[in-house]
Formats: sequence, C-alpha cells, structure tokens
Amino acid sequence: MDWIRILTNAAGEIFAPATAAYALAAIGLNIHFGMTGLLNFGQAGFVLLGAYSYGISAIAGWPFWASILAAIGSALVFGVLLGIPTLKLRGDYLSIVTIAAAEIVRLVSRTTSLTWLTGGNSGLTKGDGYKDSFEALCPFPQGTTAIGPWEYDNCLSSSWWLRVCAWSAVAIGCFLVWLWMRSPWGRVLKGIREDEDAVRALGKNVYSYKMQALVLGGIGGAIAGIFYTMPSSIQADAMGRTMTFNIWTVLLLGGAATVFGPVLGSVLLWTVFMLVKSVLRDMDLGFITPTQSESFSWMLVGMTLMLLVIFRPQGILGDKKELAIDVR
Amino acid sequence: MSAETSRPPGDARAAVARALADVPREPGSAKPDPIIVADKVSRTFGGINAVEVEHLEVQRGAITALIGPNGAGKTTLFNLLTGFDRADTGTWSFEDRSVSGKSAAYMASLGMVRTFQLTKALSRMTVIDNMRLGATGQKGENVFTSLLPWLWRRQEEELTVRADELLARFKLDTKRQDFAGSLSGGQRKLLEMARALMTRPTMVMLDEPMAGVNPALTQSLLGHIQGLRDEGMTVLFVEHDMHMVRHISDWVVVMSEGRIVAEGPPTTIMQDQAVVDAYLGAHHDTDLGDDALLEEDVVEQYEAEAEAEEATQ
Repeated sequence: MDWIRILTNAAGEIFAPATAAYALAAIGLNIHFGMTGLLNFGQAGFVLLGAYSYGISAIAGWPFWASILAAIGSALVFGVLLGIPTLKLRGDYLSIVTIAAAEIVRLVSRTTSLTWLTGGNSGLTKGDGYKDSFEALCPFPQGTTAIGPWEYDNCLSSSWWLRVCAWSAVAIGCFLVWLWMRSPWGRVLKGIREDEDAVRALGKNVYSYKMQALVLGGIGGAIAGIFYTMPSSIQADAMGRTMTFNIWTVLLLGGAATVFGPVLGSVLLWTVFMLVKSVLRDMDLGFITPTQSESFSWMLVGMTLMLLVIFRPQGILGDKKELAIDVR
Repeated sequence: MSAETSRPPGDARAAVARALADVPREPGSAKPDPIIVADKVSRTFGGINAVEVEHLEVQRGAITALIGPNGAGKTTLFNLLTGFDRADTGTWSFEDRSVSGKSAAYMASLGMVRTFQLTKALSRMTVIDNMRLGATGQKGENVFTSLLPWLWRRQEEELTVRADELLARFKLDTKRQDFAGSLSGGQRKLLEMARALMTRPTMVMLDEPMAGVNPALTQSLLGHIQGLRDEGMTVLFVEHDMHMVRHISDWVVVMSEGRIVAEGPPTTIMQDQAVVDAYLGAHHDTDLGDDALLEEDVVEQYEAEAEAEEATQ
C-alpha cells in the first residue's frame, strides 16, 4: 500500500476547491439554521442555481463580475420565491418546500428541452467556455507549480488560482458571519431562532428578518456553486439531495452557530472521506470492489451524521453550555 | 411613560379611582379617557364563538383586570388586540388610531407590548442579550449597518445601561450573563416583563403574570405591576388569582363564553350576579336533593331558561 500517496491525496483535500465550496455552502446554511433556525433542506438548489447562472452568463460572454452578480441574483430571486409562501408558516413547511424546490430546479435544469441553455443531461463542460472569463483573470504565469507534494496547474480548471479565489471567498464569508453574529442584527436572528413570537411581541418584523437570512444564506450557496463546478463541469445531478445532506453533515460536524464550524467540518469530512476511500481501494480486498468502497464511504458519512446528532449535537466547535439547556 | 409623570403610588391609584368613580357598572361602559376602544370584535374557531365582544373600552393609566372562567376567550381577545391573531369581524383603536388587523410587530411599535401565558424567555441567549433585544429603533438591526460597528456601538452602550437599570430594578442583575433558560419560572416572568419595558411601552398587556410564580416572588411582581401604573403606563392583564385582582386592579372586566358579562371596580365586582353565574352557574344555590325540583312547573321554568340561554348564543 502506498501510504505516501494516500496521505498526500487526503491532505490535498484540505485545500481543494470542492472543500472550499462545501465550506461556503455550509456557511450559508449556518446563516439559515445556526443563526435563524430556518430548516433549509434545499441548499443544493441554491448551489445549482448559482453554478448554472454563472455558467450560462459566462458562456453568453458576460464579464466575470457580471456572472457573479447573475449567480447572486438567482439566489436572491429563488430565496424570495421560497420565502413568500413559507416564512409566515411554521418551520417545518420551509423544509418541505425547500427540499421539493431544490429537486424542481435540478430536474428542470437537466431536462432535454433546455439542452440549448443548460446542456440538458450532459450539463455544461469546459468546451462550452464557461471557465474562460475566470481563467483569463489569472495573474499567474502559464504552466504548473508544485508546492510540496502537490502539483496543480496555475490557471486552468482545478488550479492554484481557483484555490486562492475559493478560499478567499471562504475567508470573506467567515468574516461577514463573525461581524453579523456579534451585531444587533444577529441578535434578532438568534431571538427568532429561540422563539419568533417573543421577538414579534417586541416590535420586530420577523418575516423580513427571516427573508434576509434566507436570501443571504442562499447567496453563500450560489457562490459555492461557482467554485464547486469550476474544476470539473456543471452537472445538475452532482448538485442534488446528496449534496444537501453533505452540507448538513459539514455544518453539524463543525458546529452550527459557530464562525469556523462550517470550514472545519468541510475540511474534516472530505479529508477523512478521501482517506477511507483510498485506503479501502488500496487494500484490494476481494469482497469490496472500488465502486463499493466509494459507496461504503458514503455509508460512513451517513453514520457520522446520525452519531453526531445523537451524541454531540453541538458539533466540534459548538458551545456545550448553550446546547445543555433543553429547549423542548 | 417617563419619570416626569410618576407620582407617589397612592396618588396614581386614587386618581384612577376618581376618574372611574362615575363609570356605570355595566358591560361595555364608556370610560372618561379610553386608550383602547373595541367594537363588535369576534373570532370563531370552527363552530365556537371564542370571542364576541360588543363594545369594550380600557381606561388610560389604569390597571384593568380581565377575568373569567377557563375558555372564556380572554387570551383570544388578547391575541386579537395585540395582532397575534386575526379577528373575523370588528374594529378597534389604540390611542385614537384605528389598528384593527394590524400585525403584532406594528402594535408593539405603537407602544402596546405583551407577555405570554407560557413565558417566552429566549433560553439560549443571555439575560442581558434578552434585554438588549427588547430595545426598539436599533441602528445595528439593519443587515448592512450591522456590519459597521462604529455606527451602532454608542447606541448599544446606551441601551445596555438602560437594560442594566431595569435588571437591577427586577433584581436580575446578578443573573446578567446567565442563559435565560437557566432561570427559574418566576425569574423568567420577571425577565419577560423587564424585556417588554425595554420597548418603552405606553401599554403593557400581561397574560397570566402570576401563573406558576412562587408566593415570595408574587409580592414583588405585584409591586412591579403597580409601579408600571405609577409611571403612567396602562396595564391590562388576564388573571385567575382573585386575591391578586382585588389587590392591584382599578377596574375589572369579566368575560364568559366570549362575551363581556360584567364590568366594575374590584371591590364590588364579585357580588355582581352575572359574574357569579359565569363562574358558578345560575342555579348554584339550588339544592339538587330538593323534591321541589321534580315538580312540573319548576322543570318547565328551567327548560325555558335553558332555551332562552341557547337562543342568545
């Protein structure tokens, strides 16, 4: 077994673009769930909309920043559309509607009648040119660079440039959440999480605050979509329910209602996932094929999520004291 | 509302008593200086008329108690007036402004603040954060300005000072940094009331403020409620404890089966026949073992009464 390669691969996940994307999506979900108590089970829908809006506008020749704004705009519209019917109702309704809405956008974006726009089943690929505007902004010279055991292209696809941008976005997201959590705005959201009627009785427009939280968290998901699809291609099926539950695992693993929980959760989940997968594959066990080893790793993710919720609901970074009070 | 209008405790009570001295003791009577005027307010749940109030006025600056047997519609009326529930029909005004059907947040911003029967302390927030949340007009509660702390830091300091004063008054200052969920039931009631005062209300609506509070705290809660009136606030509260109602209220409104059946000062209200009927039933004095009950004309008389009662509902 080639331990050096396995460990290098696993450690490479620590700063992989997908890890950053999951961290960003989880930061968004943290605004929903950790800060406001909104049960959004359709975060992948925001991710998908962000990715497609960016991709389609970039292919249409929009400049990079305009495409980013398109992604943000789509999250805004989607958030408002989801919020209008559900935010006045009890929390459960939001989770039902979001999981359904995320499936709707996924099925619509892969439908064959939209092939001219979204690429249908096969999605949007590098050949369609959605990566050009981003790669053109790359300040690094052509070629590849190796830092330690990791060697990536400077500008193309899963590049150093992409890693720099994605992790900068994560840093900005963490900074914003840090500011918000310590502000009176964050305090109102926390109040809503605890008991929205009490906050309403104090003269705050709860509906408006919930809408703001839903849209802001959705924008986090949409930006994540851009970085998630940049190394490979834009595929609707890669951004379905599985992704939503992975984002939840990331958030609960790191700790909801914390600033760095989503980042830690994402790094841990994907490193361990890669490690388990590679080790299983390399052990060359007769009774587990490579495909099965991948499925087995997913099974472990599900187990992790269950064990977390049961034994450590506050996650790794969560405040035990805060969770010690039984609110039910 | 502010310290300027506050008078010694006895004075406020005597002044209110004088103002209400000539008000007729009947349901829906007009008050000299009403802060709430409600007309034909109704709310049905399925086939049940939970609230069916013909006319109600609440005197400004007084402590008005709303009493009645279980299921009389007191809390529902509370929910309607504070915007937590929508009325089927009816209009009502607050401080001469028509507010029928307005949202709860809007009512609170007008200065009508409420507490809940089941206390809503925000458990996983500290006591001081609970208090800070109560303050209205905070610049930092905007999503964009919240990112620029220098815009709201000064206001935050000011309202923290005010919050600490209120906490000291309610003897919660030692719990300042504790999570609200770790407080006792009575302390949560105090916190909820203190938090409500952070909004600088003109009218405080208390839904069963004494429910589940131990006797030692009851006394101090009573003092606080009277303190609100002495500062010029109007108080409307729902309560079952008649001792408390008699002790602090200036006026009592009695509800039964959704309607207001009697009004009057606390000293005489319990002698009102309609109140006795509402709580105990019209024939509570009748000896059920009396053979006279079985005679034809008595039975007919009761049946007629029962039908008349049905017809009025």
